[in-house]
Amino acid sequence: MSLDRTDVERIAHLARLEVGEQELAAYAETLSRILGLIEQMNAVDTEGIAPMSHPLDAGMRFRADEVTETDQREVFQSIAPSAQAGLYLVPKVIE
Amino acid sequence: MHRPFGSLILPMSMHEKSLAELSTALNNKYISSHELTLAYLDRIEAHRDLNAFVTVDRARALKQAQAADARLKSGQSNVLTGIPIAQKDIFCTDGLPTTCGSRMLANFVAPYDATVIQKFNAAGCVLLGKTNMDEFAMGSSNETSFFGPVHNPWDRRCVPGGSSGGSAAAVAARLAPAATGTDTGGSIRQPAALTGITGLKPSYGRVSRYGMIAFASSLDQGGPMARSAEDAALLLNVMAGFDPRDSTSVDRPVPDYTRTLDESVAGLRIGLPREYFGEGLGTEVGRVIEAALDQYRKLGAKVVEVSLPNSRLAIPCYYVLAPAEASSNLARYDGVRYGYRAPEYADLWEMYAKTRAQGFGAEVKRRIMIGTYALSAGYYDAYYLKAQKLRRLISGDFDRAFEHCDVIMGPTSPTTAFEFGSKTDDPVAMYLSDIYTISVNLAGLPGMSIPAGFDGSRRPIGLQIIGRYFDEARLLNVAHKYQQVTDWHLRVPEGF
Amino acid sequence: MEWETVIGLEVHVQLLTKSKLFSGSSTRFGAEPNTQACAVDIALPGVLPVMNKEAARMAVKFGLAVGATINRRSVFARKNYFYPDLPKGYQISQYELPVVQLGRLVIDVDGERKEIGITRAHLEEDAGKSLHEEFEGLTGIDLNRAGTPLLEIVSEPDMRSAREAVAYLKKLHVLVRYLGICDGNMQEGSFRCDANVSVRPKGQHAFGTRAELKNINSFRFVEKAIEYEIARQIDLIEGGGKVVQETRLYDSVRNETRSMRSKEEAHDYRYFPDPDLLPLQLEAGFIEETAKSLPELPDAKRERFVREYGLTAYDAEVLTGAHEMADYYEAAVGAAPGQSKLTANWVIGDLSGYLNRDNLEVAAAPVTADMLAGLIRRIADNTISGKIAKEIFEAMWGGEGDADAVIEKKGLRQITDGSAIERAIEDIMARNPKQLEQYRCGQEKLFGFFVGQVMKATQGKANPAQVNELLRKKLSGTPA
Repeated sequence: MSLDRTDVERIAHLARLEVGEQELAAYAETLSRILGLIEQMNAVDTEGIAPMSHPLDAGMRFRADEVTETDQREVFQSIAPSAQAGLYLVPKVIE
Repeated sequence: MHRPFGSLILPMSMHEKSLAELSTALNNKYISSHELTLAYLDRIEAHRDLNAFVTVDRARALKQAQAADARLKSGQSNVLTGIPIAQKDIFCTDGLPTTCGSRMLANFVAPYDATVIQKFNAAGCVLLGKTNMDEFAMGSSNETSFFGPVHNPWDRRCVPGGSSGGSAAAVAARLAPAATGTDTGGSIRQPAALTGITGLKPSYGRVSRYGMIAFASSLDQGGPMARSAEDAALLLNVMAGFDPRDSTSVDRPVPDYTRTLDESVAGLRIGLPREYFGEGLGTEVGRVIEAALDQYRKLGAKVVEVSLPNSRLAIPCYYVLAPAEASSNLARYDGVRYGYRAPEYADLWEMYAKTRAQGFGAEVKRRIMIGTYALSAGYYDAYYLKAQKLRRLISGDFDRAFEHCDVIMGPTSPTTAFEFGSKTDDPVAMYLSDIYTISVNLAGLPGMSIPAGFDGSRRPIGLQIIGRYFDEARLLNVAHKYQQVTDWHLRVPEGF
Repeated sequence: MEWETVIGLEVHVQLLTKSKLFSGSSTRFGAEPNTQACAVDIALPGVLPVMNKEAARMAVKFGLAVGATINRRSVFARKNYFYPDLPKGYQISQYELPVVQLGRLVIDVDGERKEIGITRAHLEEDAGKSLHEEFEGLTGIDLNRAGTPLLEIVSEPDMRSAREAVAYLKKLHVLVRYLGICDGNMQEGSFRCDANVSVRPKGQHAFGTRAELKNINSFRFVEKAIEYEIARQIDLIEGGGKVVQETRLYDSVRNETRSMRSKEEAHDYRYFPDPDLLPLQLEAGFIEETAKSLPELPDAKRERFVREYGLTAYDAEVLTGAHEMADYYEAAVGAAPGQSKLTANWVIGDLSGYLNRDNLEVAAAPVTADMLAGLIRRIADNTISGKIAKEIFEAMWGGEGDADAVIEKKGLRQITDGSAIERAIEDIMARNPKQLEQYRCGQEKLFGFFVGQVMKATQGKANPAQVNELLRKKLSGTPA
């Protein structure tokens, strides 16, 4: 399957990546080649095979319901691009 | 196994010693951790052109060395107390930059230590520096690093492999006694092969992933990169173990990996997957692997042919699953709480899109897009689900092969180190560098690469050894026995 | 044309765990912004989730309480989307395989019982909060709430009116508080409701296009928002228009719903199993142990109250509306045996009235169940009248001690001594000759006047029945 510029725009939008007009064609070409590689998968019939989402065949590990964390706001926000009054600041979110 | 020291040990020659030898020297006070650390810091400085390190904090390293010396004096020391270790810049280190080879995190000073780092700290090791790597561990040549490529000490025109290229080059050039790496599709083994060192990717779940910046969560695993299997065993003793902060870490006791190093390999059944010796394998690589197998035969091992029929599908399968997980794992880099934020934007949408477009390099963006596409509505079944089913088949191949053998051997990489730029324009060609390593990650098995010879241009060749789940001790034993009768692992590139 | 409404509810119940779903941060409400957001909550590079076992237990509790299937194996998935209050860029939630499936809740509207299906209940983490007011042109992000465990309870589209929806919601609200899995505080967002509303011509089988109503955070608003939305949709269709599938926000000030325009370009959440978490596998023993810990549920308790205490269905319903109230009642009845009806009247009447007035929870009532029982015992043994009892209750509420202490201190013991009452009557007759004359000439309504005077003279303490009897004799002139 090969991707066109519209596909690339849609994917880039979902992934929140700005892709310039002049880059679209190159992306479409490279990504299509990678998809070509990926589609070698279709050579194998996987009917009835259970998907394997993890190498570990085990169940959920739990922790006890205890508060173990302390306030580290000052440390964490010292590396924030923009923070004020204890809040992370971002451009206005329009609802 | 400890070679006795001469009475006079000069720090100048320290870089030629094994971890066990260094440990003896430190514990017998032939040398201080401070002297040792300083010697390595000077070597790093002298070979800065390799670009193996992203961050070196001399003052901090020396201070840690002094603390180690105090500990050595007090008798509260471990085997590795006072030994400087280079850490791949994917492990978060409290108070030091942790960049993951990306512009996105170029300014990121982690406010906590990864579990692996904590374990090295607890053992009294010195953090020598943070090593260069492919951006977010995505690459097989170290050319995707925001901080520029690492040079292969065997041939500076060549790549050191990736993604743990900085760690590999640092150990190969003896700029560090040992280092850590991480391996998602071959990122420890392939650079180990290309730089002539010993690298081990443990079983999935053996080493904690907490604080190790995620690329593909169901495949990532940290492990040692060292001069020898013996050194790797000492490192794995520190790194391995259950971590309650990592839900995918396995609660199994950690054996002393050095204890079984010397066990005989007579009668060992070595499986040779016929699929690893076909088209695409360099002839010189093939010859070296054959020679290594002969060496094992001399040691009493038996070589049997096995089959991994679905291994040709490992690359397509991996290039769905790893990018899919990565596309989600890397969504947190949004310029809100830490890391890079674009300087100019009109609104929230632009802040996201520009921050991520500027903060990530080309290969990372490609993989995010492939992964996003594979998970998107209408394509999930055809790509993601299909790949998960193939993963089951690939994993099943190993189960069947291990009914006939104890370890599997083959080449680590189809070729030796290649020249800069030779594959950068063709991601698909680059992806094929990991053709023999990727299936091991998909199955969650342990895999190793050890130096086994050179090609005609004196570029190292690695032998891959794959084991059963949680059979690291056996891999190290098998590798160690080989290194007892060969000296490939002791070869040092010219000028180092 | 006659229209039928179809309503399904999605309720987000914030679980009452001490720590978050995947981290050890506190879930306490009202802390300073970002002081309860640890490395995992703010999604620092390298951090990993580890699941809170109590959250699993609470989900199972709920499932058992609504007679649902508990899936022994369920899976956490990542729901991927970008939003500043979603630090990881994905929400960990359950998608294909939820922990709870196929339960039911019986509601009662105007005496008519109806079963509402519960499609599923799944565990997920909450997002943080976006604050739009404080910074000019900027939004502030507080991640204290990020990672708080939620149980999302999805009903079948079984409700046919706003009143049914409210009845279901109230029933659910009582239940989760009984189970101790949620504090039910709607103002603080611990119990949030979204409603899917559509209309269709009566008799039509296929569903109409639905709108999803958000931001309806009180029972009253749920009813009003749905009523408004039904009217809007019918108007729209009858006017030749078409309902669009969309999310609409309820504005309680204007009492209208309006489209959340633009918010979405089509969503593509790219769900996939979270590789950081293994499947949620529940041992049979864990489920059994949880089943044993289930409290008596509201319906069972209501039926028992009718049976055991002889209460009316209405009284039992009110008393079992919150388990704290039911517990209070049972404690009081236990200490005032045989007075179940009188106790019910006091709990439903005065106690509830005072609690409402002072905006208190029953647990914080200054008059404890024991104190109320003490008061009721004094009514029952004629030490005080019902009227005086109200005065004593007020004094107890004000902290003046238990009933006996107040009676003693204020001398409120009922006068049952006939001669004392007679003396009072004689005195009043002597001082009001004119009224006595008129009464004896046939103006019998003046009887009330004399009762009032006697009660006044005895400061209300005279036993009213005795007063009536003695007064009648004295006024008519017959010798005692």
